[in-house]
Amino acid sequence: MATDAAKTHPWHIPEPSPWPIVGTIAGFIMAVGGIWYMHEGPIYLFGVGVLILLFTFYGWWRQVIIEANTAGEHSEEVKVGLRYGFIFFIASEVMFFFAFFWAFFHSSLPILSNVAQVWPPEGIELIPAGGVPLLNTLILLSSSATVTVAHHALIDDNRKKAITWTWITAILGAIFLFFQAEEYIEATFKLSDGIYPSTFYLATGFHGFHVFVGTCFLIVCALRLQKGHFKPDHHIGYEAAAWYWHFVDVVWIFLYINVYIWGSSSFGHITAG
Amino acid sequence: MSDTAHDHHDHRPTGWKRWVYSTNHKDIGTMYLALAMVAAIVGAAASVVIRMELHQPGIQFITDFQFYNVLVTAHGFIMVFFVVMPALIGGFGNWFIPLMVGTPDMAFPRMNNLSFWLVAAGLVLLVIAGLIDGGPGTGWTVYPPLANADYHPGMAVDFGILALHLAGASSILGAINFITTIINMRAPGMTFHRMPLFIWAMLLTAILLLLAIPVLAGALTMLLTDRNFGTAFFSPEGGGDPILWQHLFWFFGHPEVYIMIIPAFGVISEIVSTFSKKPIFGYLGMAYAMAAIGVVGFVVWAHHMYTVGFNVETRAYFTLATMVIAVPTGVKIFSWLATMWGGSIKFDTPMLYAMGFIFLFVVGGVTGVTLANAGSDMAFHDTYFVVAHFHYVLSIAAIFAMYAGFFYWIGKMSGKQYPEGLARLQFWITFVGVNVLFFPQHFAGMAGMPRRIPDYPDAYAGWNMISSYGAYITAIGGLLFFVVLWKTLTSKETVAANQWGEGASTLEWTVASPAPFHTHEDTPKVGSQPAE
Ligand code: HEM
Ligand SMILES: [Cu+2]
Repeated sequence: MATDAAKTHPWHIPEPSPWPIVGTIAGFIMAVGGIWYMHEGPIYLFGVGVLILLFTFYGWWRQVIIEANTAGEHSEEVKVGLRYGFIFFIASEVMFFFAFFWAFFHSSLPILSNVAQVWPPEGIELIPAGGVPLLNTLILLSSSATVTVAHHALIDDNRKKAITWTWITAILGAIFLFFQAEEYIEATFKLSDGIYPSTFYLATGFHGFHVFVGTCFLIVCALRLQKGHFKPDHHIGYEAAAWYWHFVDVVWIFLYINVYIWGSSSFGHITAG
Repeated sequence: MSDTAHDHHDHRPTGWKRWVYSTNHKDIGTMYLALAMVAAIVGAAASVVIRMELHQPGIQFITDFQFYNVLVTAHGFIMVFFVVMPALIGGFGNWFIPLMVGTPDMAFPRMNNLSFWLVAAGLVLLVIAGLIDGGPGTGWTVYPPLANADYHPGMAVDFGILALHLAGASSILGAINFITTIINMRAPGMTFHRMPLFIWAMLLTAILLLLAIPVLAGALTMLLTDRNFGTAFFSPEGGGDPILWQHLFWFFGHPEVYIMIIPAFGVISEIVSTFSKKPIFGYLGMAYAMAAIGVVGFVVWAHHMYTVGFNVETRAYFTLATMVIAVPTGVKIFSWLATMWGGSIKFDTPMLYAMGFIFLFVVGGVTGVTLANAGSDMAFHDTYFVVAHFHYVLSIAAIFAMYAGFFYWIGKMSGKQYPEGLARLQFWITFVGVNVLFFPQHFAGMAGMPRRIPDYPDAYAGWNMISSYGAYITAIGGLLFFVVLWKTLTSKETVAANQWGEGASTLEWTVASPAPFHTHEDTPKVGSQPAE
């Protein structure tokens, strides 16, 4: 046990915790509430689930932060484990996007799809890849650079600089989301207009959601930096946020190249007319 | 005994909080095993009802065919996601990974508990799915268009999808926990090449889970939006393609069958070595054979789809790739046999089940290679031959590994001795039962009997009746298991720390039986021998 003076191993064995079961209840309510909503019910039950989930995040991670700030709980060995854990989490996220890329390629490559078609499908008014999407690419790419600047500042014990550049990164993330929302509003196709919007909105939408999560993560890190939680040699939470951010960036590059550029070109597709 | 010195702080939380708030790998493992047993009763009941309906040609008592389909679906889902996976991975994995690698607990004990509760919530959602709006009659493969809103307009399929989402989240978190524990927390001296084969098996299983389950999650999400938000991933009228679902599902589904059987390989390797009183033959080959199976398992998925109209090159490739899997599989079989060869074998119940496993797995592997040929599979696909195949390799082989692991480790888990004579009887009843149940299904399938139907021509009557009797015998074996369980837990006879003697050389046998609440608080030393 953590408080046990006789602890003879480096590992972190937390005391019993209510958060796993509370989080499960949140997930269960979200599932039931979501299904109810999809079948013409009201949305509030789903909302209740989301609130409980947010409460779980708050309580659980608050606990983790307290442990991280308590000497001896996050030993070097435990820190290695936390890093591994987060890398494997990102690996599973990569495979989640893999499914949506598969759907995209299956639908857009005539040699794969069994449904005779043209790509992009007739009647779809494409979003020009050179406009807002290009701008967003530049924003996200530079945000990967700014988070690296911030991380190095943190390692060099330059807290002020780290705080500034972390905030800049989070703001870049927010700007990206703003432009993406605008792109959605201005798009002439809606989600239910066939296979093109299906692949487009789910792939870019899940990516956008990850940008949102990553931005929140960065904001939490910026606040924790201001509170002095992170040390040059002890900042697993920060590292995780930075890795997550790079992951989100890489997914976007694939989206941009494949969905926006190649997906709107005639190369490799059957085109209309 | 490294733990006796620390007995004074073997304090444990009490009351309901001990379980609900648990951060203890043994308690969480026990909860997984209990959940698997409860789910097994439901899943087995569904299968017995199915066999009663199929006992004779004609309709016996199920007049609502949607209900028949719901039974088939519920049986498959429950057995795969809520029996085999929770028992072999969640149950034995949680109990024995920390004990065997010599560490006090899992890497993330709280997240471990989250994994358990998520799978429990998933089970509740699945039960709701079965009871609402006529239930999901899609089969465990959930193919659209049958799974679309046109054919399943109610909430049932949505509940099924969300049940799998929660179970999947549970698996992903569990996989992260397992991999991190095994990579990072092994006792000093236990290099990768000295890990027990059970640990190798759990590591590889967790990697497969981590990479396969998210693809299912993506596919399920597309199905959910197709059903409820008007997307067209799987509907041709919007330019989508139902075959896309099959690709995504089987890209997950084939690794999934190995997710269920690789832990079984691990259990069987431990038992064969222990009861032959020999280290496992070809330890490294065994470990890398599992790795090879895991890797190749990701590139064979379309052997489930030979009849969708692939061109001949595609079918040739998938035939070849699928048959390649038989090679590492053979390495495993022959290494088990070679381990037994010349050993002084004790035929206790765990060993009986292990040998039963090997027999069943070989039968199922042979039919697997038959099915791997795209040419012959054009005839076999969707017949009872496939049902026989996967029940041999998967269902009964995996269940045998569960029984084997239970009898092997129940002494360590409970400190009690199971009744040997009754347990052997239980083995023989089950062994006879499953073979009477599934062997005739090969013949019914070769004669063309399709799967997933409540009625069939008189020509198939004989094999079906035999098969149904087999189901009843197997069910008796299952009930007897619960008698054995009861007798074990109430038994006064206790077991020693190492009840199996010199053959049992892995670290779990160095702690007391029952294993104290906290174990390996002083890091054990691992010698230079391979751990087997
Ligand atoms: C030598 C190894 C194996 C080969 C070559 C093989 C081959 C095949 C093939 C070709 C099919 C498709 C049959 C069809 O639907 O027409 C199939 C189905 C199946 N196999 Fe195997 N298999 C092997 C081992 C396994 C193992 C180890 C498991 C599980 C532990 C397994 C579980 C299944 C399941 C569950 C299905 C049916 C899925 C469904 O349609 O519902 N197989 N196998
Ligand atoms: Cu397969």
